[in-house]
Amino acid sequence: MIGYAGADLAIALINVILLGLLFVIGVAIARMRSLFAIVMLSGIYSLISATWFVALDAVDVAFTEAAVGAGISTALLLGAMLLTARTAKPETGAMRIVPILVVIATGAMLVYATIDLPAFGDPDSPANTYVGTDYIERTPQEIAVPNIVTAVLASYRGFDTLGETGVVFAAALSVILLLGFGERSLSATFKRKKDKS
Amino acid sequence: MAEARSDHHVILRVVAKPLIPIIALFALYVHFHGDYSPGGGFQAGVIIVVAVVLYALIFGITPAMRAVPPVFARTLSALGFLIFAGVGVWALFMGGNFLDYDVLFNEEPGGHMGQHYGILMVELGVLFAVAGSMLSIFYAFAGRVTEIKDEDW
Repeated sequence: MIGYAGADLAIALINVILLGLLFVIGVAIARMRSLFAIVMLSGIYSLISATWFVALDAVDVAFTEAAVGAGISTALLLGAMLLTARTAKPETGAMRIVPILVVIATGAMLVYATIDLPAFGDPDSPANTYVGTDYIERTPQEIAVPNIVTAVLASYRGFDTLGETGVVFAAALSVILLLGFGERSLSATFKRKKDKS
Repeated sequence: MAEARSDHHVILRVVAKPLIPIIALFALYVHFHGDYSPGGGFQAGVIIVVAVVLYALIFGITPAMRAVPPVFARTLSALGFLIFAGVGVWALFMGGNFLDYDVLFNEEPGGHMGQHYGILMVELGVLFAVAGSMLSIFYAFAGRVTEIKDEDW
C-alpha cells in the first residue's frame, strides 16, 4: 500500500502546504463581510486548488479549474456582485453555531470514509485496474490519440460530452431568459450618445 | 467613449492590450493541441472568453459588445451544439452509429483519420458552445450595470 514511488517527503510537504493554504483561505472567506474580497479570495482558492491538482497529476482537471474557477467565474461573480450589495449582512445570535456543526459533522464523515479508500497512487486500486488499464491499452490502437483523456472524453464517451455541451448551452439559455441578453446597456449607451448630439 | 473617461488606468490598458491577442492565440493552441497535451475545446472556449472579458473589464462593456455582439455570442453557442450533434448525424449518414467517428471517411480498417478529425470537429463544437455560452452569461450579468466606476476598483 505504501509502495508508491512518488510518495516521498517533498510531495507530502507540498500537499500539506497547499491544503493548509486552502484551509486558511476557506476560514478567511467564512469570516469576511466584504463581497469583493470574498470574490477575489475564491479566485485565489481556485488557483491554489489547480496547483494542488497538478501535484495530484490531474493536469486536465487543474487546467479546467484554473480557466473556469480562477478565470471566468471570478469575472462572473464580480458582475453578479455589482448587481447587489457590497457587504454581506452578519448572521444573528444562535443560528451562527449551526453551519459550523454541519461542517464539522460532514468533515468527520468524510475523514471516516477515507479509511476505506485505497492509498494514493496505488496501482492495485479498483480505479487503476479494470476500466483504467483497458482504456490505456486500447487507445493507441483504436483511437491513436496521444492524450488518453481526450480520447475518452470525445470518442469513448462522446454521448456524455454531447450532453455536457447541451448542459452548458442550456445554462446560457436559462441565464439569458432570467436576466436578458445584456443588450440593454448597449442600447442605453447609444441613446445617451444620441441625446448628447 | 474615450472623452468621458479619466486616465487612471492607462498602464493597465497599455499592458492589457497586447495581452488580449496572446490569450486568444493561446486558446487556439490549447484547442488544436488538445490531442497531445492537457486541454481541449472546453478549456479553449473558456480562455477565448477570458480574452473578451479582459477587454470588457479594461475598456468597458459597451465596446466589448460592439466588438463581439451578444447576438454573435448566442448564435455561436447554438452553432457549437449543432456542430457536435451534426458530426453524430454525419456518422449516421455514413452508415455507422451516432458519433462513431471511424466511419466518417470510409477508410480501411486500422485508419485513424476519422477519429482524429472527428475528435477535432467535436471539440470545435464544444469550443463554440462553451465560448458562446460563457460570453452570453457574462453579457447577461455585466450588461445590467453600466460600467465599473473608478471608485469601485
